[in-house]
This record gives sequence, structure tokens and C-alpha cells, in this order.
Amino acid sequence: MAAKTWKEWEKPVLELQEGIAKLSQLAAKEADSVRRSALEAKIAEYERRLANYIDTLYSRLGPWEKVLVARAEPRPYTLDIIQAICSEFIELEGDRRFGNDPAIIGGPAVFRGRPIFILGHQKGRNIQERQYRNFGMAKPEGYRKAIRLMQLADRCGLPVVTLLDTPAADPGVESEARGISEAIADSILAMLGLRVPTVSAVIGEGGSGGAIGIGVGNRVLMLEHAIYSVIPPEGCAAILWRQPERGDDAAAALRLTAQSALELGLIDRIVPEPKGGAHRSPAEAARLLGDAIEESLAELDPLSPDELRAHRYAKYRAMGRFSEGV
Amino acid sequence: MAEFLKCSGCGRVLFHTELQQSWKVCGHCGWHHRLSARERIEATFDPGSFEELDAELRSTDPLGFPEYADKLAAAEQKTGLRDAVVSGTAMLGGLPVCAAVSDFAFMGGSMGSVAGEKIVRTLERAAETRRAAIVFCASGGARMQEGMLSLMQLPKTIAGVQRCREAGVPYIAVFTDPTMAGVLASYASVADVILAEPRAMVGFAGARVSKQAGVGKVPDDFQMAEFAHKHGFIDRIVPRAEMRDVLAALVRILGARLYGG
Repeated sequence: MAAKTWKEWEKPVLELQEGIAKLSQLAAKEADSVRRSALEAKIAEYERRLANYIDTLYSRLGPWEKVLVARAEPRPYTLDIIQAICSEFIELEGDRRFGNDPAIIGGPAVFRGRPIFILGHQKGRNIQERQYRNFGMAKPEGYRKAIRLMQLADRCGLPVVTLLDTPAADPGVESEARGISEAIADSILAMLGLRVPTVSAVIGEGGSGGAIGIGVGNRVLMLEHAIYSVIPPEGCAAILWRQPERGDDAAAALRLTAQSALELGLIDRIVPEPKGGAHRSPAEAARLLGDAIEESLAELDPLSPDELRAHRYAKYRAMGRFSEGV
Repeated sequence: MAEFLKCSGCGRVLFHTELQQSWKVCGHCGWHHRLSARERIEATFDPGSFEELDAELRSTDPLGFPEYADKLAAAEQKTGLRDAVVSGTAMLGGLPVCAAVSDFAFMGGSMGSVAGEKIVRTLERAAETRRAAIVFCASGGARMQEGMLSLMQLPKTIAGVQRCREAGVPYIAVFTDPTMAGVLASYASVADVILAEPRAMVGFAGARVSKQAGVGKVPDDFQMAEFAHKHGFIDRIVPRAEMRDVLAALVRILGARLYGG
């Protein structure tokens, strides 16, 4: 039976860490210097083993393990990354129609000395935050705010960076009443039409329409252990086999990893994560992503507004695989 | 087809002969039963005017997804189609249009690479030849068996809508039962004019998905065309018997500039 959560799956790591912590306490209390240095040697040995174990674990992540890691709570979220890579960020709120959706945030920022607009899905870490952010599931007003901010960036001639991290768009009754489908489609249409460079990055969960609603950049990046899927694997298993517990099988079949997305030509580049995943060294993970964003923007800089639009059209027009012949 | 069917609306037994005359609308309760793409084309466009294009497009099972090849073969056998969308050109009220029609019987009308390609080609063709585009939707959403390639059909088809807007050609979508998820969240919802058949299911998250997400009690008309209409996302609910006349009038008036008034 496959693990259900990242915590469950990483349990051996946590146990080793706890063991090392206990040994360290013992060592600190140990008066005898010979015995203390023996303990310290043991601790060093366990730490080496732990590092090796984490390396091995993360170098062979299967699709389902990637799902668990992509959803891990300590993973850097959109605001963590913005804080790490931007020297200034002024969040702008509201869709000027109905309200403000805390599940999509964004605004003008200074990224490595360069003015840009940056926006993305925002998840929460504790119960209150998670509720406030609606688990990162955006409502129609979230996408309408995104449209407003992207078009403001367009008028200011500033590049747009979008960070994707959502399980799905909000499926509730109110979102349906306010036109969640129309909001997503309209956001895609608006983003395709921008006359400024656009870079999108899947940083955690790229959940279907909810993700692609702000994900149609000229360049699409994906963190090494992020996932991008047409449907949550559990939902896919529920529909196909009526067995939501077979999420691991569905994850394999859906080819939702960054490596598969690159092979299928759906993303431009995989951004490597630090050893043991982005959540082990969030600052390093953000720096690596920042490098990839900077390079992508530099690649797009020579393109004129018309060329940027034409590039986007050609890119998404070419998506798909089929045969045509008798 | 069987000689009779049980009405999904009122439960009465309806004979094929009476249903044929009404294009499968129940004479007792007005329930609109689903039409195949071929029936829809016959019911809508000028007799014999439809010319199919891109008929040779076929899915290649790009992910090697479990059971997909078998499902495709079974759907071909059942419907006589090669995928869930039939596209081409037709005349409507004497005016040439570009058209695409989904068939729910082909894997739930789901949109994979082929359906997306046929939609975008229809929209591009309309923009290039300066004709109105008419798309009949009938789909459960994106086709899971093509994974992310299916999700990418959302921007791909929307790119086609962008072309129509730039060219100034009207694009009309008709939501028929059901118009859901990845199709509703892409080319369907950004049409210039949106019509729907009465009581068609129209919504974002399917029942099984919302149940998993913990969506509780929902209104009676939830995810019905009437609900979306009430909330401003559909222009008109049009009974099947009136659909062709409404479409023809829209094409004639919106397309006055294209067709020389």
C-alpha cells in the first residue's frame, strides 16, 4: 500500500533525525570526554547515513512520491519564493468586480533589479491559513484579479512571472455561480494576448485548469519534483476504476512528472531542486528558480510585442499528438 | 438504434418514429435527449451542405495509457467516428459557416489532442475564410487518457478563439448535454454568443470530483444550463426546435459585414 502523505513517506528520515537529536542530547550531557567523542563520532556517522539516505530517496522518486513531495507542507510557496527572489513586492488586491481571492496573489515587484509583475497561487501551512487561502484553490475572482494584474503589467510594459501551485480551481457552488470556467478561459485568453514577456513556473502542484488558467507563458518552467496533471491522480482513479485509493497507479499512467512534461514538449525547462527537495533548502530552491526565470526573461527580451504574441500562439497551437493520414 | 427508449425526463416509453420527427425531444415533457454528431448536423445545417474536413485525424495513444487503445477502438466501432468531434464547413440559412460538433457517445465527448486540433482548425478556418464559426459542445471535459496533452488543448483551442476575435468573425457556441470541465473552461466559455439547450448539464467540476473535494448540498438547478443562464454565463436557452432559426439569424446579423449584408 502506497503512502498517503509526504510525512508518512518520509517517516524513516524523521526517525533517523529524532535518533540523532537524542544522541546529541546525550553527548551534550556526557562528562567523560572519551565517551563523548565516541558519541560524537556515532552522530557524525548517522548524519552521513541520513544524508546518503535522503539523496538516494530523492534521486529515485516515482510519480506517486513526486505527488507527495509536490504537496509537502514545508515546500516553498509562492509568497516564500517572491520574498526570496524579489527585493520589493507590493501586493495588489481585488478583481474590481466581486472581491479579493487570497488563493491567487500578485503585484508589481523588483526581481534582481528589474521591475516585473509576479503572481501565483498561494497555499497556507496551518489550519487557519489553509482555510483563508482555500487550500490554494482559486475562485473566479482570483482569475479575474490575475487578468487585471497581467493587463496592468502589459500597459506598463513589464514582464509577467506566474507561479503555479494549486490542487485545482475551487469546485464549490459559489464559484460555479460566478463562472469559474469562464474566468479560467478568459484568463488564458488574456494571457495569450499579452504584449510583454511571460514566464510561468510550476513550483508544486500544477492542478489542471486551475493551474493553466495562469500558466500560458512564453516560457514554462517546472521544479524538478513538481507535478502537472490534467486531473488529481485520486480523481482519475475514482473515475476510471472507481478506486480513489489507486492514486499511485493513476499517477504513473498520467505521466505528471516534470521529466514526462519535458519529454512531451509541454514545458521548456526543468529547474533542479536542492538535494532532498526544495523544502530542505527553500532559499537555495528559490535561488535556482530565480536563475531560471532570469535566463528565460533574457531569452525573451529581444522579441517585440508582436513576436511575443506570435511565439505564444505557435507554442500552444502546436500542443498535442495525433496522426493524420489514411 | 432500438425501436424505443425510456424518456430520461418523464420515464415514458418513446418510440423511435415519434422521436425522429422531433429530433429526440420528448413530446410529453420536452426532455432533450442527446443527439449524435451526425444527427446534430442534419438537424441544424442546410440539407446536404455539410462537408467534413480533417476526418483522418486519429489519436495515437501518446502516453500508452492503460486500456486507452481498446476504448478508442470500441468507441470507433460504436459511433463510426474516429474521435469525439466532427468538423467541416456547411451552409446555414444559405450562408457558409465553419462548424464543429461534439459527439458524447465517443468517450464522453472528451477532448484530447484530436478534438482540440479539430476545434482550433475550425476556428482558424473561420478566421481565414471570413465565415462565422459554430461549435456544438457535448463533453465531460478533457480526456484523462492523454494526460497533460489534453490539458494543453485548453490554451490551444482558446488560441483559435483569439484568431476569430482578431479577424472579426463571430464565433457561436451551443452548450448541449453535457458541457463540462475542460471544455467549459476553454473555447466554450469565451464564445461571442453562447446558446444552450434546455436542461443541459453545464458545469466545472463533475459530481465525483466535487464529492471528493467535499462540496456539500447543492441547489436543484446546480450545473444546469438554466443555472448558468441565471448567473449570466449563457445568452439564451433555446429549445432544439428553434435552434437552427436562431443560429441562422445570428449568423446573418452578426456576420453582415462578412456576407455582404
